[in-house]
Amino acid sequence: MTELALVLAGADERDLTRLSEYRAVGGYRALEKARGMDPEAVIEELLTSNLRGRGGAFFPMGRKASFIPKPDDVPKPRYVVVNADESEPGTFKDRELMFRVPHRLIEGCLITAHAIRSQNVFIYIRGEYLAEFEVVRAALDEARDEGLFAGVTVVLHRGAGAYICGEESALLESLEGKRGQPRSRPPYPAVSGLYAAPTLINNVETVATVPKVIELGGAEYAKIGAPPNSTGTRLFSLSGNVVRGGNYELELGTSLNDLIFEIGGGIPNGRKLKAVIPGGSSVPVLTADEVDTPLEHDAMTERGSMLGSGAVIVIDDRCCMVQLGLRVAQFYMHESCGKCTPCREGTRWMVQLLHKIEDGRAEHEELDLLLSVCDRILGKCLCPLGDAAAMPIASYVSKFRDEFRAHIDEGSCPFGGESSLEGVLAPVDQHTHAPVAEVPA
Amino acid sequence: MTLAEQIQEIAAGYPQSRSAVLPALRLAQEQYGWLSPEALREVADALDLTPAYCQAVASFYDMFHMKPVGRHLVEVCTNISCALVGAQQVLEAFESELGVRTGETTEDGDVTLRALECAGGCGWGTVVAIDHRYREPVRPEDVPTIVSELRDD
Repeated sequence: MTELALVLAGADERDLTRLSEYRAVGGYRALEKARGMDPEAVIEELLTSNLRGRGGAFFPMGRKASFIPKPDDVPKPRYVVVNADESEPGTFKDRELMFRVPHRLIEGCLITAHAIRSQNVFIYIRGEYLAEFEVVRAALDEARDEGLFAGVTVVLHRGAGAYICGEESALLESLEGKRGQPRSRPPYPAVSGLYAAPTLINNVETVATVPKVIELGGAEYAKIGAPPNSTGTRLFSLSGNVVRGGNYELELGTSLNDLIFEIGGGIPNGRKLKAVIPGGSSVPVLTADEVDTPLEHDAMTERGSMLGSGAVIVIDDRCCMVQLGLRVAQFYMHESCGKCTPCREGTRWMVQLLHKIEDGRAEHEELDLLLSVCDRILGKCLCPLGDAAAMPIASYVSKFRDEFRAHIDEGSCPFGGESSLEGVLAPVDQHTHAPVAEVPA
Repeated sequence: MTLAEQIQEIAAGYPQSRSAVLPALRLAQEQYGWLSPEALREVADALDLTPAYCQAVASFYDMFHMKPVGRHLVEVCTNISCALVGAQQVLEAFESELGVRTGETTEDGDVTLRALECAGGCGWGTVVAIDHRYREPVRPEDVPTIVSELRDD
């Protein structure tokens, strides 16, 4: 077990939402140190640390920062955008960071702004996160009053309920006051991002890690975790059928088995582990036999899955995998922005096929049809939302094919109404009845 | 300050005023309870946009109400983490306590019940948002108390 508090350091002992308390644990010293360095030297530290994006894509932050053109080459403003639109099912880590260590996020924003010579930071926070919005807003006010911004403006912008806005180009569209539909790339945000200007966009956890990288130095940070590809710590959001759900900051490389059974206390009510979704609902599932996998990039890739957003969803033996697939597909159908045909139509087709299989009305060929629909979405859209629907569903079919076949052979769900997901209503289904309140005269 | 003045003040904080559409729609919704044609027109006028543009944007986002809703909003997360630990039973407890189906509003216009996609409280499911304030975890047996608190408010 390797719990290690870097991003959450001090938060168990003190109320770090207050600036004075954050200063007492060394807060804003990394900002001072960074401002004494050349911006390029700050980027160099990020590169050395191999700090990678914690939102899901795992792209090295230092490389992204190094793509931002210099002011002499492109005479436009440069923007820092923080993606705080956390909404990948199973993920609730950025919420905890904003709620408990908002100043570490703000310090990270200001260091990042210095690194790319930016005067404007935008934090795009998920609309549903009201309490977190209030905490970050208060922390921003405190930091601004203390004169820490040094001419930088920080705008806290609330989303309004759209999963797709967690996708970076959709987020930028939304921040420009449009429907949150992804853009075609290239150009990438580093060249043409917010208001068509160079933009560095990173997840909350990534940005909140920056002060630690500067404090320790990139080389020291890179020794933590599972170098060279998975350095440092991550917050893992543990949920589902597990005794102690919650966020745990662990060194990368910690075993998934330890997280579930030691830290998380195992499966409640004497049930058996059936499957684990290791990185949010959009990644391929692991079976109970694969639970010894270390939580780091290379090992997960070898297993055919991903660490994604760090959301570990534990599934016990009461769960029907067809129902799981249906509920996941319903989510992506609801959240598809509708721009690309394979995603818009494909997610609907997946839902229809999964309904048919669950009800026992499907033919065996339709399992292959389902896989074929997944294949026709994968890699064929402007953004990864379609992939996020296709990858997990395809993995459920291939890893639990016998269970899918049993639905067809028996002509009904073999769980006979006893599955833990039996009858669960998805928001995509509720639109059939409209609210009944009268329009006020 | 009038709604238009509040919107213009927010817009001044952005390099381009159109970026203020979401905060402006939120303000209008807080004032009117939902985004009525009048509310959309006020937002549009304040930002020098058309009502059609504002409606197109608003209808993309789940938190904006294009139809009237109840005075209170009860939202139950039914995504997989919550569903695995009994979200459907919580939702059904609200349906029976409120006497409505999911997606509906009580006849007195007091409470709207909705299912919600992942609210981001997965480790403490089932998450229920009451007027956007999270309660976690909620069990079916907690529902009568929550509803009577809402009814008294």
